[in-house]
Amino acid sequence: MTLTVTRSRRAAHSAPSARWRSRKVQGWLYAAPTAVIVGVLFIAPLVLVGWMSLNRWPLLGQATFNAPANYLKIADNPLFLDAVVFTLKYTAITTVLLSGVALGLALLVQERRPGVAFFRTAFFLPGAVGFAAAGLLFYGMLNNDFGPIDPMLQALGITSEPVKWIGTPNMALFSTITLVIWRFAGFNMLILLTGLQAIPTEVYEAARSDGANRWQIFTKITLPLLRPTLALMLILSVTGSLLAFDQFFVFTNGGPDNSTVSMVMVVYRDAFFRFDLGGAAALSVVLLVALVGLNTLMMRRLR
Amino acid sequence: MTITMWTRAATQTQSERLVAEYNKTHKNQVKLTVIPTDNYQPRIAAAAGAKQLPDVFAADVIFVPNYTSQGLFMDITDRIAALPYKDKLAPSHMKLGTLDNRQYTLPHTLDLSVWFWNKDLYEKAGLDPEQGPKSLKEFAQHATTIQEKLGKDGKVHGTFFGGNCGGCYVFTFWPSVWAAGAQIMNDEGTTSLNDQPVMTEVFKIWRELYEKKATGPTAKEEQGPTWTGFFPKGEIGVMPMPSTTLGLMPKEMKIGVTPIAGPDGGESTFVGGDSLGISATSKNADAAWEFINWTVSDQAQVEVMAKNKDVLARTDLAGNKYSAEDPRVVMINSLVAKGQTPFALRFGQTYNDPQGPWLRLAREAVFGDASKVPQLNAEITKSLQQ
Repeated sequence: MTLTVTRSRRAAHSAPSARWRSRKVQGWLYAAPTAVIVGVLFIAPLVLVGWMSLNRWPLLGQATFNAPANYLKIADNPLFLDAVVFTLKYTAITTVLLSGVALGLALLVQERRPGVAFFRTAFFLPGAVGFAAAGLLFYGMLNNDFGPIDPMLQALGITSEPVKWIGTPNMALFSTITLVIWRFAGFNMLILLTGLQAIPTEVYEAARSDGANRWQIFTKITLPLLRPTLALMLILSVTGSLLAFDQFFVFTNGGPDNSTVSMVMVVYRDAFFRFDLGGAAALSVVLLVALVGLNTLMMRRLR
Repeated sequence: MTITMWTRAATQTQSERLVAEYNKTHKNQVKLTVIPTDNYQPRIAAAAGAKQLPDVFAADVIFVPNYTSQGLFMDITDRIAALPYKDKLAPSHMKLGTLDNRQYTLPHTLDLSVWFWNKDLYEKAGLDPEQGPKSLKEFAQHATTIQEKLGKDGKVHGTFFGGNCGGCYVFTFWPSVWAAGAQIMNDEGTTSLNDQPVMTEVFKIWRELYEKKATGPTAKEEQGPTWTGFFPKGEIGVMPMPSTTLGLMPKEMKIGVTPIAGPDGGESTFVGGDSLGISATSKNADAAWEFINWTVSDQAQVEVMAKNKDVLARTDLAGNKYSAEDPRVVMINSLVAKGQTPFALRFGQTYNDPQGPWLRLAREAVFGDASKVPQLNAEITKSLQQ
């Protein structure tokens, strides 16, 4: 140990600084491709959005600096304020239900048994469907005019008339959450499955030989050891839900009566229907800051 | 040379016919892209922001004032001035394509709202199949009769409307207000008059139709894309429809067409449709003009538009060899002069956008708490002035 230190010190003394510099350049060169990608794909758009949010930004022509008008306007945007409340509600319900269903599915297919591969694949398959396609699929299936679900329910005697799947605020939320769980439960199951399989079997064996029952094993061993994986899933679910867009845009169109308008939908509306690009950028920045804050908090609490 | 053109799905058929005929007879070619109607506005906005607009694009005529004020269309005042028939171009389309005395667009398609009635269903319900309704009250009576006589099995309905679609309300309800001599906005498009007595009465008549279940069970949820789909299947007695759908109806179906009336009579229509302009960023302005100029020529108007029962962009060609064959087309053509196209810079975000204030007002008035209308009307005015 001492020997290495003295040797490197001597090397530093004797070697010309040019060599040290060339190593530094080499380091930069190694990092350059990543730096360029990060710069172009991540930093530049962020800076641009930040700059847009400080300007009146027309579709064509010159932008004019107007800060902080775009930010002040947010307080005067009731649609956005309603959307914040709705998105938080949606996020809470979705995250709880999604975690529950995903954990249930993961426990079901945790052990290697004949046929388990089939169920793992079946649960995961909806994850391969794009959100827009899934939204259209549900829209078609649940449509009161031509969808197959209503006639089936009526034939089975479960309902007597078409269910207003997206016709009332509560049903629209319920239908969308069903869509999201169908689409994402398998994916989250996969994440949890990797966590479950990382738990050493010896721990279970030891618990069983100590006489622990299934419930004790689940609460005292599985859940605590699954904590890091659950945390990852929670962060993914919360972030994804707060940024919800496609499912509402395609499936409910924000309706009925603006009851399912998510925050990103308001950003989209301001940018592409009202052509207020600066205002939309300001909303995006607010959303970004809130998300970074929330994620930092969750990382700290869940680690 | 090939120029690019965008149009929205709502008036796709007409654009496709014009482009096909042009490409057949001209050296320059037009490459047409059709975009779903709901996505049109966002697509234009995104393309404009990226300076990637096509050479020529059609726009819903009511959006044109907003587009011109955003600088999306090229100024073609001088080119239009040289046209021999410049004063015969559809007046409302020309009015909405003019900003600060400069002209930016030509009329592309005209889509008028009219009442269609199904003659077979009228006959079966004991109504006179040759007499359409002359007032909104009579319209409601006809719809109710058909519902009561033929609606038992749930297949046939008295009428239908797009109850969760802002543009549909505007297109089908406002003409009743105009027919009664009233207005829904001031001339500048900055103050909403949707809480005034005639509009209130129109809402009330439709509300009663809904409450009597004469409007079909899904009217309340109809978001727009499928609202015209039920009539051609023979399931609806009488309803407001776009005139462009007349040429698309099943050949064997017997359909009567009549102007939209006010509660007690009168006649009017919403002169909708598309206007066509050269985008401000186009590098092929001359070729683009050659095409859009041709679309309003005698040849294109008569042999492409009139031949397919479409309303013409030029009033001087209204009487032509094709329109004479179908009195319904003559009637629709004659409405162009009586109808209106509302002007407002903020039309789209106020009336068409599902998150805009108009749809909330209309839905409260027809399905919900009508006493909220005055307060929501103030929201519309606010949106118009933003």
